[in-house]
Amino acid sequence: MLNAVKTASEGEMPEMSQPIVEVRGIGKRYPGGVEALRDVSLDFPAGKLTTLLGPSGCGKTTLLKIIAGLIEPSSGEIYVKGKRTDGPGPERAFVFQDFALMPWATVLRNVAFGLELRGMPKRQREEIARRCIAEVNLAGFENRYPHELSGGMRQRVGLARALAVDADILMMDEPFASVDEQTRRKFQEDLLKLLEVEKKTVIFVTHSIEEAVYVSDQIVLLSPRPGTVSRIVRPALHRGGDVEELRRDKAYLDCVDEIWQVLKQYLA
Amino acid sequence: MTILGHRIPMMFSLLVWFALWEAIGRLDLVVLIPPFTDVIAAGVTMLPSKRFQDAIAISFSAFAIGMAFSVTTGVVLGVLMGRVKAIGELMGMWVNIFESSPLTAVIPVLMAVLGFGQATIITAVFLFSVWVIALDTQVGVKHVNPSLLEMGRSFGAGRFALYSKILIFAALPEILAGIRLGVIRGVKGVVIGQLLVAIIGVGELFELYSRNFLMEEFWALIVMLFAFAFAVSEAVGYVERRVAYYASTR
Repeated sequence: MLNAVKTASEGEMPEMSQPIVEVRGIGKRYPGGVEALRDVSLDFPAGKLTTLLGPSGCGKTTLLKIIAGLIEPSSGEIYVKGKRTDGPGPERAFVFQDFALMPWATVLRNVAFGLELRGMPKRQREEIARRCIAEVNLAGFENRYPHELSGGMRQRVGLARALAVDADILMMDEPFASVDEQTRRKFQEDLLKLLEVEKKTVIFVTHSIEEAVYVSDQIVLLSPRPGTVSRIVRPALHRGGDVEELRRDKAYLDCVDEIWQVLKQYLA
Repeated sequence: MTILGHRIPMMFSLLVWFALWEAIGRLDLVVLIPPFTDVIAAGVTMLPSKRFQDAIAISFSAFAIGMAFSVTTGVVLGVLMGRVKAIGELMGMWVNIFESSPLTAVIPVLMAVLGFGQATIITAVFLFSVWVIALDTQVGVKHVNPSLLEMGRSFGAGRFALYSKILIFAALPEILAGIRLGVIRGVKGVVIGQLLVAIIGVGELFELYSRNFLMEEFWALIVMLFAFAFAVSEAVGYVERRVAYYASTR
């Protein structure tokens, strides 16, 4: 049975688990005067997948990189596990849109790179890397180089690298933007299966409404120029059943349509 | 090279030129051009002589020391120019001027300051080769994919790790291209420097041979220097081709 989609304004939302990341009043103005974000406040519940969704120019990637500590905000604060942070940290791992793999290093070294930077001995980090490579179904490709892999496989390497450092929070910047549609669907399903086992908090950026509804526990809709929180949607889909059935389900389609109605107004 | 559908190896073009050289030499048209086989024979008799070996040793050490300085300085300068905007703007124009200026004119000044010894030659090698290395390194560093650096930072790389584990490798194709060009300029630096100083290394030999019209020895030395410059630049080129696969996929 699939539950109905529950969507509501922030005040009457059902309580979710304790937030692991809190965003408070974040604003970002780039040199030159472009205002990318204005007064964004959000909670990211632990163990859930939250998507930042919006048209291009809404500052969703900027917000993600501010949470990751890669971009400095002009105003506001980020709290991770209750502590204020202003830089990258070992509890957060990033998966890049363009994969960001080192082309001179093998899959194995790329996946182990986060651990290498932490100074873990080679034998130990390669053992962990091999396990993560197997987890993303790339066993057998350990000694290949990135240019020998397809786009989808490269993104799996990027995901394995993020898994290897065993961060609680996985941040993904349009991870499927550069792979073809078939690979993308397969990857979304694999990601959900993986998250059931790994119990991680995921912050996910996408511009695909279908993708957001399909993978998310919570969807944050951002309005463009400057980016502000427009609405928060929590698609309460029952994900246990058949994937193809879910994609045809009325609750799923209604949720997609509802988000489309919100985002449509920003396209003029 | 293909002629009438047959693939001709590169060596063949060299053979054609050597044959032409031999023919002109045999015809005694120009006194300055002895037959190629005589040049080779002169080269073979020169090789074991102490005078020749000393000259080559001193020239090679000047080349090696000068190149070591110019590679380290050029790479560091290029990285700084590529990464620090102020340094790029401050140094960019000067490096470009030096790269395109006739530095041969500076060597007499060097002689006046540094004397008629190795120091002048090493400095000449350095001045001839450092600029192109700096410029190519700068280009390489500027073309590094910014998300590779973000990746490093997000996984906790400090400044040193960011430069030594990511930036240098990502810029390696351009750095190697710069070093390959720098090596050729370095050989020119040795020869021109020693010619002007005229009392050390291969410069002294050139003086000796040309003044006494020993054209066979003169040409043999030129052929050897050419072969050396070619071999060194090909060696760098070999490494360069091994990393070329990732120049396009960064």
